[in-house]
Parts: sequence; structure tokens; C-alpha cells
Amino acid sequence: MLAYVIRRVFQSIFVLLMVGLVAFSMFRFVGDPVENLLGQERTQADIERVRDQLGLNDPFPVQYVKFLGNALQGNLGVSYRQGRPVSEIIAERAPATLELAGVSALFAVVFGVGLGVFTAIRRDGFMANLIMTTSLIGVSLPTFLIGILLIYVFAVELGWLPSFGRGETVKIGGWSTGFLTESGLKAIILPAITLGLYQMTLIMRLVRSEMLEVLRTDYIKFARARGLSTRAINFGHALKNTLVPVITVTGLQIGSIIAFAIITETVFQWPGVGLLFINAIQFVDIPVMAAYLMLISVMFVLINLIVDLLYFVIDPRLSADASARGH
Amino acid sequence: MSTPLLSVRDLVIKFPTRHGPLTAVDGVSFDLAAGEVLGVVGESGAGKSLTGSAIIGLLDPPGHIASGEIYLKGERIDNLRPEEMRAIRGRRIGMVFQDPLTSLNPLYTIADQLIETIRTHLRLSEREARKRAIQLLDDVGIPAASRRIDDYPHQFSGGMRQRVVIALALAAGPELVIADEPTTALDVSVQAQIIDVLKEQCTQHGASVILITHDMGVIAETADRVAVMYSGRIAEIGPVREIIQNAKHPYTSGLMGSIPTLAQEEDRLVQIPGSMPRLSDIPPGCPFNPRCDKVFDKCRVHRPSLIPVENREVACWLYEDTEARGAAT
Repeated sequence: MLAYVIRRVFQSIFVLLMVGLVAFSMFRFVGDPVENLLGQERTQADIERVRDQLGLNDPFPVQYVKFLGNALQGNLGVSYRQGRPVSEIIAERAPATLELAGVSALFAVVFGVGLGVFTAIRRDGFMANLIMTTSLIGVSLPTFLIGILLIYVFAVELGWLPSFGRGETVKIGGWSTGFLTESGLKAIILPAITLGLYQMTLIMRLVRSEMLEVLRTDYIKFARARGLSTRAINFGHALKNTLVPVITVTGLQIGSIIAFAIITETVFQWPGVGLLFINAIQFVDIPVMAAYLMLISVMFVLINLIVDLLYFVIDPRLSADASARGH
Repeated sequence: MSTPLLSVRDLVIKFPTRHGPLTAVDGVSFDLAAGEVLGVVGESGAGKSLTGSAIIGLLDPPGHIASGEIYLKGERIDNLRPEEMRAIRGRRIGMVFQDPLTSLNPLYTIADQLIETIRTHLRLSEREARKRAIQLLDDVGIPAASRRIDDYPHQFSGGMRQRVVIALALAAGPELVIADEPTTALDVSVQAQIIDVLKEQCTQHGASVILITHDMGVIAETADRVAVMYSGRIAEIGPVREIIQNAKHPYTSGLMGSIPTLAQEEDRLVQIPGSMPRLSDIPPGCPFNPRCDKVFDKCRVHRPSLIPVENREVACWLYEDTEARGAAT
């Protein structure tokens, strides 16, 4: 088990290094930051001076190693545009994105698993069919369109919820939270649904098909033959077996919730790291872009690691295999 | 004669299809006395397993009981509400399935599954249920039961798992155990052990057994009576010894002829020509008539019902009262 964890951590570090390299080399082609930094009345000397200051004249591998070295010390560089440390800017913006991602992930998992189980158990029921048909819309509509539709219905027509922003926030330590004010809670509903809807329908359809599969197995039939209650069979025996494959996909989906937050944050002008990234692209703010990509990949890798470890908790067969190999 | 433990009357099981309903089991009737072991043999598709599933109320939809009645100790059980039937399953009728590798939930320990079953049916505390569970495992021959009870199914071999399945089927002390091909998925070397355990445990718990199999050898060793099924009907039913030594129905004698014996001198086994008809294509009259070497006109038109012959019943026109047959021809 421990050997497995260590192996996984090393793999994760390797993945992060690769992502850093790819991201870093890509940014060499997105444009020259110096163009944006200096105004119209720049001279060749100015340009040279700034390039030197930013280390842009160093060879590429040197730039990359410098970036990594600094990143390990928590120094992600200075934003070209804002002139402030990137780590500071990201720390300011991260709570907004993490809260949004957390609420949409919760929404996606709770409703996805719940509706998936419901539609599997009531396979031919009217409600189940209705939900399945509606879910097709969730899968096929693009995120920004769902966002705009929700804004139109709930903000413009009904006027129940705000159409943009985060509402009032409260600072607790370095973390600004929108959960403690009414306007903050109201503001998170629409973006969270927009961001989580696709994941929710995906999880729901997956849970449904896995559950139908499990309900056909011999051990479920045997559980019935033993006279166990329907409740014990559906939720005790079937659901637990359904969860093993569902956890993988859910983990990946949570990763992509954080990554896809860019679109939702743009639609709702949500002041998170996604919006920061979009603005950074406009100004070729390479340190911000690189830091953002690294941050996202760290989250992806972490979530995958957690998912792998969760298997051990759920499926006893895995730990038996691992310990057998250990002997 | 007192009321039989189980009584099946004219059971008909149908499957709706696009081309109209298929009749998979057609008019099966038999009785089972308390403590008796009834073997059910037949080829695949003869309706053996469906009959078993129907008795315990677990027919897979869209299959359903189209007509007929099933009585457990004189009380009708085929038309109970799902919740009432659930209370009978496990408590009064237990079932053992074919494949022990897939019968147990892989994510729960043996203890979890046994205790859950026991406590569903019997008012016992967690500790009492655990004690009973260990006793059950011990009875079916699991070594070091008190230690192994906390293992997961994948830590047991196939034979051991089938013992666990038997323990589970007997957990709440049922009056009837339906064993559907309990040894088919096992190694030949463990088959005999499992059959022994099954029979011994059922006798000890006073449970009757319906043993569904296509292995005549298993039936010969275990059962008191045997029902031979063909095309969803019972061809012949009676005491095992008599049927093995002197089969009356041409299908049964063909079946017996196809069992190899050590004493046999011939190189080739007797084979029944042809194969069992498809459900959509059962011939009129006796379903066995196209393959039967003793077929006559009546067999092709009228379907024989079970006719009492000595102390068994045979569905064959050969055994119709000789005078009546003479009058008809």
C-alpha cells in the first residue's frame, strides 16, 4: 500500500514536470509580452532592457529551470501586467474558483448519483424516462448557452438571482468566502448549476447504466433469493458495487469542473482564476498563464491520486492483491 | 396422505415476444413431501430452472406465471404480494445457484452477508446472529470458521464459496431448498463433496430439496424421486431407483442409455436422434414424437398428460389403458 502510494506520487511529479514543459514552450508562440508592456513610444534600448530584466534573453531550458526552481519556493514570478507576484494574485482569486467548483461538484455528485439510482430502479417509470430524456439536453448544450439561458430565465425574466459577480464576501484569514452572506449564496447558484450540469448528467447516466448492470448480476439475484429487503438490495448491495467505476469518472469530472470554470466564470463575470487566465491571455501575461496551468494540473493529479486511493477503501479485492504482491 | 410440503399444479410460464407468447413451461404438476429430495433432470431449455425460479418467485421479467398454482404447506404462494413473497424467500424457501464465484457480493465479508440474511428473517442480536453464522459455516465444513468468517468471497476457492452459499441458503432454516445446478460450475473433484454437504445439511435442518441438474449420476446418488423434463413438460416422474432401472418413457430410456457405465462393452453410447424442439416450434401432440422410436398416430395429434403407472407417472400414450387404446384404434 505504502509502496503503491510512493510510486503514484513519483508518477504525479513526472506528469507535472511534463505539463510545465509543454505549457512553458507553448507560451513562446503566443506573442511577445514586451509589445504590451511598453507603450507606443518605446525604443529598441527599452525593449532590450525589459527583455533582460524579465530573463527573456536566456535560452529556453534555462528559463524553464529557473521557473521550476522559483515555483518550488512558492515564487511563481511577477505578473507582467499588474507588476505584483503571481502567487499573491492567484491566492486572491483561488477561493472564488474553488468555492464555485466545490458547490458544482457537490451538485453534480448528489444529483447525479441520486437521479442515476432513481432512473435505474424505476427503469420503465414515466418520471425516469422524463429525466433520461431531459438529461440529453444537459449533455448536448454547450456550457455558455446553459449559462445564458439560466441568466435569461432567473435573472432577467424572474429577477430571483443575480446575473453576475460573487455578491458580498467575507474575509476569513486569507480566504474570502461568499458562503456567509445572503447575496453571496444567491450569486453562486446559477454559476454552480451551469458549471455542474454537464457533469451531473454524465454521472447520472453512468450511475444508471452501471446500476442496471449490477442489478442483473447473480449476487443480486442471490440476495433476492435470501429474502433481503428491496432497500437493502438496492442501496446496500447494488449501489456499492456501482460506485467503483463511477468514482473514477467522477474524479476526472471534478478535475474538469475546475478547468472548465473558465467559461462559466467568463459568462457570469465570476472573479476567479479562470477569468484571471482569460485576461492574462489577452495581455500575454506569461507568468500568470504558466502558474494557472500548473495549478490546474496539480489539482488534476491530486484528484486522480485521491481517486486511486479511494478504490482501496471501497474494493477489498485490491488491497488483497497488493498485499499478496508485497509478500 | 397429509398435505405435501410443496405442491405445483399445472404451472405454465410464458414469455411475451414480438411473435406472440412463448410457452417455456407448460402444465407442470408435482408434489414434494417434507424431507424429500426431488431431482429434476432435462436438457438445457427444458424448463427446469424456470420452474425453480417460479417456485421462489424470482422469474426474470418478462417471463411470468401465466396460469397454475403453487402451494407451500397448502398455502398458495404464487399470487402473493411482493413483500409477502420476500418474507418467504430465504425464511421458508432457500435457493442455491449455479456459479458460486458470482453468487456472493464481492464487496462484503462472508460475515456481513450471513448476518444480514439471518437478521432479516430471525429476531436475533448482532452477536447471536454472528454465533449462528459461525455455526452454519462450521456445519458446511469451512475450516476455522470463526476466523474465516471475516474474509471476503475472493479469499475462498470455488468449492468453499459454494459451501458458503449453502450456509447462506440455510441461514434462516428454510423448509425447502431449491438447488439450481449447484455443482455444474465446480471442479469434478469437489462436486461430490458439495452434493454431500448439501444433502447432509438439508437432512439435518429437515429441509426438502429440489435438485435441478442435468447430471443423472448426481440424481441417482442423492434424490428420492426424479422428474424428467422435456420441452417444458414433465415426461416421467417417480422413484429414482425404478426409473433408472426401468425407464418407461421413451425419452427417459434414451436419456438413461446415454449414460456411460463401467460395465458397458459397446464403443458408442446410445444417442437420441435429433434435438429438443425450439420453444417457438413445439410439435403438436407429444413434444417428443419426432424423435421417438415408438411413435404412433395418436402421439402426433394428442398431447399425453401424466398417466399413473405402478407408483410413478408417465406422459406417454404407450401406457394409456390398453382397453381404451384398443377402442380408439
